[in-house]
Amino acid sequence: MSSGLQTYNTTTALQPAAPVPRWQQAIRKNLPGYLFAAPWLIGFFVFTLGPFIASLVLSLQQWDMLTPMKYVGLRNFERMLQDNLFWQSLRVTLMYTVFAVPLQLAMALLLAVLVNGQGAVKLFFRAVFFLPSVTAGVAVAVLWRWLFNPEFGLINFLLDQINIVGPPWLSSPYWALPAVIVMSLWGVGSTMLIYLASLQAIPDYLYEAAEIDGASVVDKFRFITLPMMSSTIFFTLVIGIIGSFQIFTQIYILTNGGPENATLFYVLYLYQKAFRGFEMGLASAMAWVLFLIVLALTLIQLKLAGRWVYYEAEEA
Amino acid sequence: MAAVTNMTNLTAKPMRRIPYLEILRIIILIALGALFVLPFLWMVSTSFKETGQAYRFPPEFIPQPFTIKNYLNLWGGPIPFDRFYINTIIIVILSEIGTLTSCTLVAYSFARLKWWGRDVWFVVLLATMMLPFQVVMIPVYIIFRQLGWLDTLLPLVVPTFFGNPFYIFLLRQFFLGIPRDLEDAARVDGAGTFRILWQIFLPLSKPVLLTVAMFTFVGHWNDFLGPLLYLSSVDNMTISVGLAMFQGRGGSNWPALMSAATLATVPILIIFTLFQKYFVKGIVLTGMKG
Repeated sequence: MSSGLQTYNTTTALQPAAPVPRWQQAIRKNLPGYLFAAPWLIGFFVFTLGPFIASLVLSLQQWDMLTPMKYVGLRNFERMLQDNLFWQSLRVTLMYTVFAVPLQLAMALLLAVLVNGQGAVKLFFRAVFFLPSVTAGVAVAVLWRWLFNPEFGLINFLLDQINIVGPPWLSSPYWALPAVIVMSLWGVGSTMLIYLASLQAIPDYLYEAAEIDGASVVDKFRFITLPMMSSTIFFTLVIGIIGSFQIFTQIYILTNGGPENATLFYVLYLYQKAFRGFEMGLASAMAWVLFLIVLALTLIQLKLAGRWVYYEAEEA
Repeated sequence: MAAVTNMTNLTAKPMRRIPYLEILRIIILIALGALFVLPFLWMVSTSFKETGQAYRFPPEFIPQPFTIKNYLNLWGGPIPFDRFYINTIIIVILSEIGTLTSCTLVAYSFARLKWWGRDVWFVVLLATMMLPFQVVMIPVYIIFRQLGWLDTLLPLVVPTFFGNPFYIFLLRQFFLGIPRDLEDAARVDGAGTFRILWQIFLPLSKPVLLTVAMFTFVGHWNDFLGPLLYLSSVDNMTISVGLAMFQGRGGSNWPALMSAATLATVPILIIFTLFQKYFVKGIVLTGMKG
């Protein structure tokens, strides 16, 4: 190998007219690819990998962005674990995950089954259910604050119609989180679309065969639809859990974490620590904990997806 | 034998029974559909009401008197919604340019060009899709602060020129499906890599490019965390942070807030109505949330 390299060097030195050297060939072959990919490659180092490492470094510092940084070792993590509000933010996020995500998936599945099939009516309702998930943002959160208004809001009016006295929703520590969950059900349109695609991928012959065997609608759903969709459902479950660890905009507008920290979601608390309290080190430590949680969930998804879930290809 | 029973079943189907299930399905659809649309109707209805009528129980759906005062007050007032609109539109247009050019180039490189380490980098790209922005939020903020870009549009626009892993993935998958023969023919005719991308791939990729353009539009139009981090003076704000500030200050003038919310949503409603199928495609292909 090394002797080959030697000879090659001498030949180029002796004969300038020799064929293009190997390293030049390599550059010529690779250059266009690297050039075209350069925007993302540069962006990866500048906006992802660099900040990712910097965030780990910052998590070991004490820094308020004004005075110089001070190395404090694992102190930030220690303080975090002793902080009641940190645990409260984890508790709120987990409560939301446990209740909201399964409800969202069930709602999305119900909608997908309802709009599955041909025809203008179903197309129309598909658009109706999908639309709110596209408009998500500050405007929608402001709108929901108005809907949840205890005295003049539409929701308590509708509840009043069926003789239920509506709760004070966002101003009550007990009802604020349920309100957030209710609002999230309005935004399941994109999950519905994922389910719809998955429903349409189930071959008709399975249902036809079941019908011949006398299967009822419920049987068909239980023994064909659900198993055939299990991989999709599992995927949306994990994405949903990861998503609830990133909830920010709605909460910032609806309650800003209150009342009595009842809706202090994880990322909202992280934001407050960083950009209200200017505790960049502590906030970076929280960011890293967030990363580890998301990483764990992703790995679980990758590992379990193959085991729990039925894939059509395996059977064939 | 089985075939015979099957045949009789098929012929008997049309007059077998009343489609109870279909009827039930339509009823549930209408009920749920009403619940999904109602918030929007309520928003628009409140936006045309006088303040007095908004605070009435039971609520009335038809604004009476019907007023457009709430909308007029948004223009050129102490909370300059016209500025917010212009700022947001500028950010969206520049982000579209940035996203579409960078993602197309990178996706083409991953789909068609051969370079050392390409497949490893592609795995890295997929991995970054799972990384929440919040993890790197603080260092990224510090970068823009050091550059002196705070309270300008730059931190919101410049990153779009460095590609977005979701869109790169989406475009790459589409490019992989374009037949190689077309490319080879063009190469024989002497076309370079860039011309092949420009004259063969892009015209064939209109649907997926539109999908990316739609997601970019909605993403930047709705973006809140970015503008909240980087923008501070009122004149530079986008609709989302402007509206958030408005609701913080305006307290509970709901007709005013609802007219602002309506103005913030209308462009998305229009885009959605015109290009719905491109949104659907994007969500189904990436499993991404809208």
